[in-house]
Amino acid sequence: MAKKLTVSPSPHVRSSETTTGIMLDVIISLVPALIMSVVYFGLRALALSATTIGSAVLAEYISRKVMKRNGTLGDLSAVVTGLILALNLPSTLPLWMGAVGSVIAIVVVKQMFGGIGQNFVNPAMTARIILMVSFPTAMAKWVAPFSVRWSVADAVTTATPMASLASAKGGDLSLAEGLPSLAQMLIGNHGGSMGEVCSLALLAGALYLLLRRVISPAIPFSFIGTVAVCMVIAGKGNPEFVAYQLLGGGLLLGAFFMATDYTTSPLNLKGRIVFGIGCGLITSVIRLFGSLPEGVSFSIILMNILVPHIERLTTAKPFGFVKEKKEKEAAKV
Amino acid sequence: MAEKKSLGKEFSKGLLAENPTLRLVLGTCPTLATTTSVTSALGMGLAASVVLVCSNIVISALRKVIPDKVRIPAYVVVIASFVTIVQMLVKAFAPELDEQLGVYLPLIVVNCIILGRAEAFASKNPVLASAVDGLGMGVGFTAALFLMGAVREILGAGSFAGISIPVLSGNPMLIFILPPGGFFVYGILMATANRIAESRGKPRAELRGCEACPMASSCKLNKRETESEGASVESKEAAN
Repeated sequence: MAKKLTVSPSPHVRSSETTTGIMLDVIISLVPALIMSVVYFGLRALALSATTIGSAVLAEYISRKVMKRNGTLGDLSAVVTGLILALNLPSTLPLWMGAVGSVIAIVVVKQMFGGIGQNFVNPAMTARIILMVSFPTAMAKWVAPFSVRWSVADAVTTATPMASLASAKGGDLSLAEGLPSLAQMLIGNHGGSMGEVCSLALLAGALYLLLRRVISPAIPFSFIGTVAVCMVIAGKGNPEFVAYQLLGGGLLLGAFFMATDYTTSPLNLKGRIVFGIGCGLITSVIRLFGSLPEGVSFSIILMNILVPHIERLTTAKPFGFVKEKKEKEAAKV
Repeated sequence: MAEKKSLGKEFSKGLLAENPTLRLVLGTCPTLATTTSVTSALGMGLAASVVLVCSNIVISALRKVIPDKVRIPAYVVVIASFVTIVQMLVKAFAPELDEQLGVYLPLIVVNCIILGRAEAFASKNPVLASAVDGLGMGVGFTAALFLMGAVREILGAGSFAGISIPVLSGNPMLIFILPPGGFFVYGILMATANRIAESRGKPRAELRGCEACPMASSCKLNKRETESEGASVESKEAAN
């Protein structure tokens, strides 16, 4: 009888979810996008991904060793950071720059603030922005799909759909030169970052994450929804313009895979919706009025920084909680 | 109390233990703004040091003449005259440096390191000690600026004092000569200085109120605050 009764402190109901499991799900969901990037941009895309993932893992291992803390390679978070960073880079980027980005993401953004779960901004996004500010020409060298196998020199450079869209003032698409068709936008046959081009692959991965309940729909849907509303207003109701804005750039990649990062997004539903709307607004403002064609990464970083304040304003009220009256204090004095 | 210290100590405290930028976190604005290259960082450090030593000497000599109530305007007048002299000299003999430093050269007038040393040290110490204190602080400030300027120029522009470095000049990381990189390098240097000072048994420079400040023992403000706090506690007790 005594053997059947186990006495233990709470929690008694445990979930089988682990950090490693969640990270593995994220990796699985990103595989279609990675495969499509290799299809479009050749083996160089694979080499760049391997470099960022490898250097992220190495940076994580070394920095944990130097700081004399437990190794955290097993949770696969460094692999996810490296993979997401790779998908955010142009395929022509010199490999060493990708490695620099990984080191920034892991050492500066993540480990210096205490490791997994302690970083206040998304490591991969921050690394992308630092690379963008540091190496502006290399980070804006977009090539047409199928034009590059290994050598970068003979690749055909092309504008991204976002750069073309920037000239479509007031939703007039005839002003945007070199815009691919909407079907091409879906399958990803246009210039851009390695992972952001193929919308279908990203949507498939996002669907997998939603079905596995790894991410909640609140952030991506409020993010994309806000961008859609802003673009309807800016494009004077032109549905094609809105469709291009939603499929182009890093919106799908950012909204489903980066804005939903557990560490840097709010905990409850209300906070998540506020977070998503904020991301959408900043993205739209940068796309429509800023000097850069794309603003997803900046919007996510800026909202990451605001998360503690969003949390404070949207904390759930405990059941039966009554706000203390100020009169009491006044009466005491 | 401060007069008992030897002159050597007055000098060396400015280098690390009470380094104005890295430990007292004073003069942050010129530190971040002028360290985009080694030359402008060194120029800024030297100009500020010259003003610091001269103003410390004069303020210390006049410390018994200046009335306590108008001491800050009096200090500013002294400092401003030396800044004007330095600015004219720089304009005459190093016009390129003057262009690089721009508005930050005349802004030495309101540099809080200089005003801080006048208030905390020169106003209550003899002339020689004040001069040595100013020299130590100046060297500490210049050294910190030089370090920051070197790191930022080497990584951000791929050159050192204008001479390009072979491998690095091809693809420098521009962010280091932009404000975010400046803050990053500043933070890392500050952490390093904290670590070194800690290993020598000095307290960390953290925002933990006036007691943690390396200047706490000589700071008038600190004493006034603790006195007034004590007084308010007493009055509360009396009221209860």
